[in-house]
Amino acid sequence: MSNSTRTQVREPFMHITKRTDVKLWQSWGARIIAIILALVVNGFFIDSVTGLNPVDVYKIMWTGTFESTYNFMTTLRDVAMLLCISLALAPAFKMRFWNIGAEGQVLMGALLSAVVMIYLGGKIPSSSLFIIMFIVSCAAGALWAAIPAYFRAKWKTNETLFTLMMNYVAIDIVDVCTNTWRGSKSSMGQINAHTKAGWFPKVLGYRFTISILIVLALAIIIELYLNHSKHGYELSVLGESEDTARYAGINVQKVIVRTMLMSGAICGIAGFITVAGTDMTVSSATARGFGFTAIIVTWLAGLKTPYMFGMSFLLIFLEKGASQISSAYSSLNDYSTQVITGIILFFILGSEFFVKYKLVRRKKETAKKGGDSK
Amino acid sequence: MKKKVLSIVLAAATACSMLAGCGSTETGDTAAAGTSAAAATSEATATADSAADASASAAASDLKVGVILIGDEAVGYDKAHIDGIETAKTACGLSDDQVIYKKNVPESVDCYDAAVELIESQGCNVVVSDSYGHESFIDQAADEYPDVQFVSMTGDFAAISGKTNFANAFDNVYESRYVSGIVAGAKIKELADAGKLTDSNYDEDGKVKVGYVGAFNYAEVVSGYTAFYLGLTSVYPDAHMYVDYTNSWFDVDAEAAMAEKFISDGCVIVGQHADSTGAPSACQAAYDKGTTVFSIGYNVDMLDVAPDAALTSASNNWAIYYEYLFNTLLAGDKIDQDWSKGYNEDAVKITDLGPNCAEGTQDLVDTAISGLKDGSLQVFDTSKFTVSADNVATTLSKSGAAVTTDDAGHVTSCKIDMSFYDYSTGTPTLVYQGDTDEAIVDGAFEESTFRSAPYFTIRIDGITELN
Repeated sequence: MSNSTRTQVREPFMHITKRTDVKLWQSWGARIIAIILALVVNGFFIDSVTGLNPVDVYKIMWTGTFESTYNFMTTLRDVAMLLCISLALAPAFKMRFWNIGAEGQVLMGALLSAVVMIYLGGKIPSSSLFIIMFIVSCAAGALWAAIPAYFRAKWKTNETLFTLMMNYVAIDIVDVCTNTWRGSKSSMGQINAHTKAGWFPKVLGYRFTISILIVLALAIIIELYLNHSKHGYELSVLGESEDTARYAGINVQKVIVRTMLMSGAICGIAGFITVAGTDMTVSSATARGFGFTAIIVTWLAGLKTPYMFGMSFLLIFLEKGASQISSAYSSLNDYSTQVITGIILFFILGSEFFVKYKLVRRKKETAKKGGDSK
Repeated sequence: MKKKVLSIVLAAATACSMLAGCGSTETGDTAAAGTSAAAATSEATATADSAADASASAAASDLKVGVILIGDEAVGYDKAHIDGIETAKTACGLSDDQVIYKKNVPESVDCYDAAVELIESQGCNVVVSDSYGHESFIDQAADEYPDVQFVSMTGDFAAISGKTNFANAFDNVYESRYVSGIVAGAKIKELADAGKLTDSNYDEDGKVKVGYVGAFNYAEVVSGYTAFYLGLTSVYPDAHMYVDYTNSWFDVDAEAAMAEKFISDGCVIVGQHADSTGAPSACQAAYDKGTTVFSIGYNVDMLDVAPDAALTSASNNWAIYYEYLFNTLLAGDKIDQDWSKGYNEDAVKITDLGPNCAEGTQDLVDTAISGLKDGSLQVFDTSKFTVSADNVATTLSKSGAAVTTDDAGHVTSCKIDMSFYDYSTGTPTLVYQGDTDEAIVDGAFEESTFRSAPYFTIRIDGITELN
């Protein structure tokens, strides 16, 4: 856009520099300002499209998560599921291996859990049933991740495309199975609805309490694995440069396949806890698109576990709020609530940019306006 | 490093305390919501209490209805429900906050979640769901909340489930499909008489081709398209109908694609049992390009999207049921566990006839409606259709209904097993035992009398399932 000549290098109108000393209050200040701005912009949107009072709409949105214990618990359940997949992606992302295939890996895990429930449910004691479900789900997810990893390690195929395509294969496999199982019904219903074989027992009143605890344990393990283990260190070296890693004596092929086996296995666990603790059935919608959402969560959280929890919570909160709004108002349907949550996300992500970087204007202008740099 | 470990421990501790906190406050919340303490989630107590009178808690002014919809206003089927509920709400004097909607609830555990939220958070004492696949999740909630009245629209096992707080309801929409078939038949007759059909519109046997976009291949859809075909052939007998399934209740693209395929194959009429405007829009687009094709829609008037191609839509008048439901509960009475009404109570209808309908259509429609009302006309009159040996076998393999016919191919007996099976385990497993009933009574198949959900699954001659 700008005309630059060989003789005279013109400084661009603005340039971006990394912030070095961000204080905690500054970063949180930026985030809070972002949320307020998002709510204001949304206010104009809601008012202009529907004429509703934005504050009422926000109140309804809040109730999606905080209206009752049950809402809050189902929010935690969904956060656990999203966090679980995000945790699975973190080791792969740390070595800069773009595993876009979590959706498919979760589905294969879920499918195998369902297969075990269907064919072994009621035939073996429930403790061994759960163990078998767990193992085969891990294996299925791991296998689904290992195929592209092996190709990448061996022949340097593009893992982004490969893992992405594996999702659609998995979705179709699940569709074929469920279409067979549902017989002439419009949906499969719940597996073993009568015997409840392969359903998690209720703990503290909820079946998914066990799921939440499993994810909690996983979160701790992954945090330790990434930051306090030799494997974790190998991943970060590999992520910086494959050549350096090789020079340092790291077996790159082995690390890639090993890490993806783990990544896929954890996705398989996500499938397992969804089938056994939440859905008690399987369909191509079992993964709920969380396999893709988790990519955003993991990357934006900078692979840091506590931030992953925060991001997961925010996204689920927005999703719950959105569905609450579209149920409460006929004038705000699914599509307009997606606009509302989209705007909020946009501002929050935007604020992360300003937390990490600052825009510096060209010197002349800066001098005139008196050094304004946000 | 220490800081990180600390933060994890803190996170873990917070999460644990949250869990513990939630568990202990749960019963308190339930009691506070105004429902009885027996509504707490224990399954053991639920079964023991299932005989308790469920309607008592739903009495008079504290009636609060939660409605679970598979779609929203953008989906014809759900729009029809919402319209019916809003009409009934006004008629029965309910206030706005006595009816709470949960929209876009898929046929998954989300349905169970929605039901529990409506009960626990909103204090609903009646929960209605509008889609077939919701039923097993509603059944689960009905187990756990014996004091709440549940209604599963189009569902088929409430009566045999042994729960008194669980009911099914459905309109006899096959009656309005039959009448919409008459509208289609009249149009084909007019086109054929005027010589406006081309060779591609006829199959090799010289029968006019008709297409039908179905959702799933089970009783509700089979009953519907057969009624439509019988209405059509009552006016124009030389027609052959092709049926295909989208495997979804609402899929604009798939429905449009299927309709386009029917149109390119030479179908003159495209009917539908799917909830979007995909098929009528496709018909209108083809019509605008000069193809002779007309659409019979479902649920809502399709003239908005297909002003020339839409003839009419088979539809429900849900307000009739919802008024019955609200009034009965307000009076503190028990509702029928199986409610199904048709033209005799004006619970079904066809939408306004489009401008391109054949002359004299209205008269044919009026005659048929009065025939259906006084019982002189039977939709599934066995003398009006035949079933070949092949179709008897197909019927048995696809639905389990045992059909016997006389030498001419007319059905003399059809045994319907009303039991509810779980198919998810490979072989059908009995969940709720029902009777096996003889559906052929006085020379007609009695639809929706043994239970509210349709059970006509006979594959009759003249209709080809493509999938």
